[in-house]
Amino acid sequence: MKILVCISHVPDTTSKISFTDNNTKLNTTGVQFIIGPYDEYALARAVEIKESVGAEITVINVGEIDTEPTIRKALAIGADNAVRVNAFPKDAFFVASQIASYAKSTTFDLILMGRESIDFNSGVVHSLVGEMLNIPSVSPVMKLDLNGTKAVVYREIEGGKEVLELSLPFVAGCQEPIAEWKIPNMKGIMSARTKPLVVVEPVAVEEESIYLSFELPTAKSGCKMVDASTPEKLVELLKNEAKVI
Amino acid sequence: MAILVFVETSEGHIKKSSLEAISYGAQIGVKLNTTIVAVLIGSSPSEDLTSLGKYGATKVIHVNNNNLQIANIQAYASALQQVTEKEQADIIVLPKSSLTDPVAARLGIKLKAAVVSNVTEVPDTTNGFKVKRAIYTGKAFAEVEIKSTKKILVIKKNAASIKEDGGMASVETFSANVSDHDLQVVQKEVNKATGQVLLPEAEIVVSGGRGLKGPENWGIIEDLAKTLGAATGCSKPVSDMDWRPHHEHVGQTGVKVSPNLYIAVGISGAIQHLAGVNSSKVIVVINKDAEAPFFKAADYGIVGDAFEILPKLNEAFKKALN
Ligand SMILES: Cc1cc2nc3c(=O)[nH]c(=O)nc-3n(C[C@H](O)[C@H](O)[C@H](O)COP(=O)(O)OP(=O)(O)OC[C@H]3O[C@@H](n4cnc5c(N)ncnc54)[C@H](O)[C@@H]3O)c2cc1C
Ligand SMILES: Nc1ncnc2c1ncn2[C@@H]1O[C@H](COP(=O)(O)O)[C@@H](O)[C@H]1O
Repeated sequence: MKILVCISHVPDTTSKISFTDNNTKLNTTGVQFIIGPYDEYALARAVEIKESVGAEITVINVGEIDTEPTIRKALAIGADNAVRVNAFPKDAFFVASQIASYAKSTTFDLILMGRESIDFNSGVVHSLVGEMLNIPSVSPVMKLDLNGTKAVVYREIEGGKEVLELSLPFVAGCQEPIAEWKIPNMKGIMSARTKPLVVVEPVAVEEESIYLSFELPTAKSGCKMVDASTPEKLVELLKNEAKVI
Repeated sequence: MAILVFVETSEGHIKKSSLEAISYGAQIGVKLNTTIVAVLIGSSPSEDLTSLGKYGATKVIHVNNNNLQIANIQAYASALQQVTEKEQADIIVLPKSSLTDPVAARLGIKLKAAVVSNVTEVPDTTNGFKVKRAIYTGKAFAEVEIKSTKKILVIKKNAASIKEDGGMASVETFSANVSDHDLQVVQKEVNKATGQVLLPEAEIVVSGGRGLKGPENWGIIEDLAKTLGAATGCSKPVSDMDWRPHHEHVGQTGVKVSPNLYIAVGISGAIQHLAGVNSSKVIVVINKDAEAPFFKAADYGIVGDAFEILPKLNEAFKKALN
């Protein structure tokens, strides 16, 4: 069984976001980068599958050289080998094209991703890859059980979940509680240094969209405080000032 | 050329987000001088389809295949591809949901169209085709220029306000070709909370955090939500401890909400929680700690004990809403 796990390299969830170069680039000063949190659930589920039925796990990231520490962390958590597609992830279509191209060169039984990246938040790369490879895609997946070449997945829908049955191969966009995050142990960290990390050049992709510039939301003008003894005052403000009730 | 708008239903009703999507499409239609075709897949909703004209649709296409009664990502993408080709549409608008993001993506590959999700405003078409979308989980926005001829936009709630100044739409039915290949993912079961206001679509959300001390205290949250016709939400630790179901957890790793009013009770306002609520129009924070970070992101605040304030606040709302 071969599993491909796609990981994004994104600012830590506590990061304050700001931009430089006339609002065309993320300001990375002081920003710590991590494996996308949903991608880490995908990786954790892959490691569980490897531990229970055996699997070879490849992680792939589309990114420039600065993403390698993040990739090494995925190797420390339990992936067997890694691929870095040497390119800046311009947009979801570009990323998906690189992943699909690699997945066509090596056949995988299962492709696991996060439900969405926390930088682009497109929530589409898994479905783009599924369509490019002409195999099913399911997202967001909260539970994934394998039984031979068949799988049962729980997909979160508004206000609940649906239970789906399908056959391998397919792509899944994962989220909690699909697995518990794994903390890399010493052995994992040591072996990660010597596990293969192959760098491949990107395939040419037609440009579908261009990120022109970024901006921050307009700041709140300040919080109006209401005394705890007069909650009716809050109701009045919501009704007559904010006009939301 | 036409603009296609996907109309999503839930429990036999047309979702409000779908009406927003039609009005959104109509605003692009005015700029580009094109007509709006609304597409509904599956069983008939209780609403009259001609009424979608009010929101800006000229025509409604009802794809009424028997094998499309249950939402299926691949099959819906195929059906939409066929309708797009039949109507020669260049722009496809979908209201954001757990179904439409994956459907839009697969449709994008079929049509060679760029797929831009989380769109927050009507596109700027003065020079090229530029859209604004939320990124970094609501912490920022990006302006994206779409280069492909066909374009797919998945819009966030509140990207356009609903307009009701149109007339009546014509309605036609369409039977799509759906192959077995499209139907290989089989739905075995659905478990959905019924009769509740669904969190991702709610106009008002009342959310509770660890400050409520335990699941047995959720009555005060539910009472307030009931008065306001609101959905209930919670912080991540609350769902991690199983005080509330997972689908109620709001934030970076949970549901992102954009209601008109978000009331946070006993939630500290960690940056990961804020990421899920920062596109709310108005935020009210109730917390006993005046230093809680949530107040910095709030419009209105009360410092005090939730257990004392909430029942009183509920009575005050009841009075005002009567
Ligand atoms: C990768 C990652 C992702 C995360 N994603 C999310 C996410 O999506 N959503 C999320 O919510 N969190 C998320 N978190 C967790 C987040 O960092 C916080 O730990 C969490 O939001 C805190 O929840 P809380 O505010 O309910 O609890 P606490 O931080 O414990 O705050 C409780 C608050 O209640 C107040 N309080 C106590 N008693 C009362 C009372 N009687 N009346 C009024 N107020 C009272 C306290 O003053 C305090 O401010 C994430 C964390 C990580 C690392
Ligand atoms: N640059 C990247 N390299 C590898 N995988 C990625 C990259 N960006 C996104 N992904 C994967 O695609 C998923 C969905 O991303 P998105 O569509 O951007 O929200 C993420 O959770 C990752 O698993």
